[in-house]
Amino acid sequence: MNASQSRHPMTGNEMSGAERGGLERHRYDVVVVGAGGAGLRAAIAAHDAGARVAIVCKSLLGKAHTVMAEGGIAAAMGNRWPEDNWEVHFRDTMRGGKMLNNWRMAQLHAQEAPERVMELEDWGALFDRTEDGLISQRDFGGHKYARLAHVGDRTGLEMIRTLQQRAVQLGIDVFMECTVTEVLLDKGPGDPRVSGAFGYWRETGRFVVFEAPSVILATGGIGKSFKVTSNSWEYTGDGHALALRSGASLINMEFVQFHPTGMVWPPSVKGLLVTESVRGDGGVLKNSEGERFMFDYIPEFFKSETADTIEEADRWYDDKANNRRPPELLPRDEVARAINSEIKAGRGTPHGGIYLDIASRRTPEFIRKRLPSMYHQFKELADVDITAEPMEIGPTCHYVMGGVEVDADTQQSAVTGLYAVGECSGGMHGSNRLGGNSLGDLLVFGKRAGEAATAYTRSLGERRPEIDEADVKAGQESALAPFAVEGGENPYTIQHDLQQSMNDLVGIIRTASELEQSLAAIDALKVRATTMVVEGHRQYNPGWHLALDLRSMLIVSEAIAKAALARQESRGGHTRDDFPGPDAEWGTKNLVVDLDSAGTGVDLREKPLPLMPDELKKYFDAPPVVEPVETQEGGKQP
Amino acid sequence: MSYDLKMRIWRGDAGGGDLGDYTVEVSEGEVVLDALHRVQATQAGDLAIRWNCKAGKCGSCSAEINGRPRLLCMTRLSDFDEAETITVTPMRAFPVIRDLVTDVSFNYEKAKELPYAELPPRDADGKRRMAQIDVERGQEFRKCIECFLCQDVCHVVRDHEDNKQAFAGPRFFLRYAELDMHPLDTHDRRELAQGAAGLGMCNITKCCTEVCPEGIKITDNAIIPMKERVVDKKYDPLVWLGNKIGLRNRDNDGRTEV
Repeated sequence: MNASQSRHPMTGNEMSGAERGGLERHRYDVVVVGAGGAGLRAAIAAHDAGARVAIVCKSLLGKAHTVMAEGGIAAAMGNRWPEDNWEVHFRDTMRGGKMLNNWRMAQLHAQEAPERVMELEDWGALFDRTEDGLISQRDFGGHKYARLAHVGDRTGLEMIRTLQQRAVQLGIDVFMECTVTEVLLDKGPGDPRVSGAFGYWRETGRFVVFEAPSVILATGGIGKSFKVTSNSWEYTGDGHALALRSGASLINMEFVQFHPTGMVWPPSVKGLLVTESVRGDGGVLKNSEGERFMFDYIPEFFKSETADTIEEADRWYDDKANNRRPPELLPRDEVARAINSEIKAGRGTPHGGIYLDIASRRTPEFIRKRLPSMYHQFKELADVDITAEPMEIGPTCHYVMGGVEVDADTQQSAVTGLYAVGECSGGMHGSNRLGGNSLGDLLVFGKRAGEAATAYTRSLGERRPEIDEADVKAGQESALAPFAVEGGENPYTIQHDLQQSMNDLVGIIRTASELEQSLAAIDALKVRATTMVVEGHRQYNPGWHLALDLRSMLIVSEAIAKAALARQESRGGHTRDDFPGPDAEWGTKNLVVDLDSAGTGVDLREKPLPLMPDELKKYFDAPPVVEPVETQEGGKQP
Repeated sequence: MSYDLKMRIWRGDAGGGDLGDYTVEVSEGEVVLDALHRVQATQAGDLAIRWNCKAGKCGSCSAEINGRPRLLCMTRLSDFDEAETITVTPMRAFPVIRDLVTDVSFNYEKAKELPYAELPPRDADGKRRMAQIDVERGQEFRKCIECFLCQDVCHVVRDHEDNKQAFAGPRFFLRYAELDMHPLDTHDRRELAQGAAGLGMCNITKCCTEVCPEGIKITDNAIIPMKERVVDKKYDPLVWLGNKIGLRNRDNDGRTEV
């Protein structure tokens, strides 16, 4: 790009070559990194609170991973079941997370989700309706009542488009295809505080500096570190890594959700999500012998609320008051483990999955109407007509429960001015997230973070933290390093090897020896990554972008593997073959991950769970928060 | 069940470029994007492709395959003969940034000019009521994944750069139609659609409908009804006479013209 091109061809932004350091610079009150549901909602809230706000996102606006969410937004609006309310939702969320959730986040989420959904409707979203014309709500795993506000099976698209259109309407500045690689800090005197962010335009490869006292991370998850995943390429754990490197902590990183139903064939789409709504709307799981095997996998914890005969399960769809839920609608961790066991026992399908059958249970018209994008997806990509034949499905890496440790009310991390929302924050979902709770999470905590960040920036007045130009220079050098290497390794190969290791060694069922192997593998990959080389130049160069993203992927993978090795129990999204049951002692603490002193790896520490106040404890049947199990130490525990 | 696929991929930037020949191993069940990714990972690390979900849900990987606007992730290799060479070029209606990535900012600029939903206050119990059958009309248009293939194929702008100023394109006519058919919306945007968005320039060749990966009937269900509504207001002699003698067409009663 020559110097005379002073406007960015994509956005019309000025490329201020004459500025200090020849860099493009912008000054905002709040900078939001990421433009999925959480980022957009945070930006809207910050704008409404009076902040000058910028959204910086890796892709074009409207393409973020939220667009792939299918099932719905969990919110106790009571449109189908007047008995439903925030207390029931709160209880379901805590039980789904096996009581490891941050109780305050679960409470706020359950209380505020209904109004956040209604706001979307105010802004033009068109949800499916009940017979009375209210927003329809559908059944999902782990939710006692039909609770998910939805639009067919493309709720995420509706949500992102509504928020996107709202943000555009409000005139919020959006920096598209722009990747943030550093959070900048004012290191003192006093505690370090956020002073801005540094990144590059994907299109031109030029750098950009944002001066802002508040940075909200809304970068989503980490799924691209796994080979079989439902996640898009953007899910490289950027926010997790940025927070770690800024001095914030991550919690619950050992808990990775494997969605029970991903496509298994053709190989090109292996891992692609098949929505839980298929089961919510009547679909059942069968093994190669045609057996509805989920009845064999009902855990003690959920026995009292789960049907134990096919007859009762089938009656439930029409008469929820007098029947218990089908076991296919147990929380995701339970169903994924059951499917995994069936496949391992040799009762899998020809392509190594399990059958998900709705064709024999609902009419073609019903299926096409309720599950249009699933119908489309299987027809177009696998030549399977889901109204006539069963789908082949298997577990796929879907969501990380772990993330930046934040204050429940404000979403601020341990670093002043650094906030995290949505999937890149931790605590809300405990050890396992219920379907539908992520979209609610994005909205509820997006709004809270946007407001808190604005209030903080405003409290500073004119005395804003300052950017250290040495950090900006270091950011540039670090980003350009892969171009300076001669004869190093291709980043695509390193990414491939990382995905394979994580899949094989830190997957759905874990064991100490494999986790140790994975840590050794990650260490070796970290060494290889120091000599990554990229070909070509800085303009829209995916090889270079991947080389930079890989740094995040590697450190986040290490955090997951280390925490998984340390937690010697099975709970929610973390299953240890060598420690098969939950352990009451482990049930009282979180694992916290910090950057190590060398700055190249992570350290672990234990931290007691926040204590739930008595007025909330009453929602849980007497003391046992986990069912009595045989622990490694022997003996029954409460 | 793998074979060697011959591909021609456009490589270049705003300054110009050319088709490059590549041979890449592909296997059963793969899509064009898989083949391109393999080229990227093994032969051309800097091959620029825009993509996200690889599931036909985000609308990022739009390009032209053998001259036809399509999503790279939803075009299966089995649609082509194994011996056939597949040619992939960037969308033609938008300026090239690099290789298969184009500058689609035209669409984001147009989006800023669009109207938005304006709903009345909620009902007394804090909720809103709409019938399923009424929301379904708008829902069809909200299936749009903004791949901009309809914008790419539309000859009003594909072959006439100078029309871009005055023409929002099929994707945004969907938005006008969606708002016009929203059961609770309070605005009348017919003048805006005809004037600012250039609805009148569309001569309903249905190319947009043909390339829509979501199967939205853009022309029949959105553009033509919008045109009819505009015509009703502007050109219908009975409406004209009614206006003259003080009788009003009540179709848009309660809606505020913007």
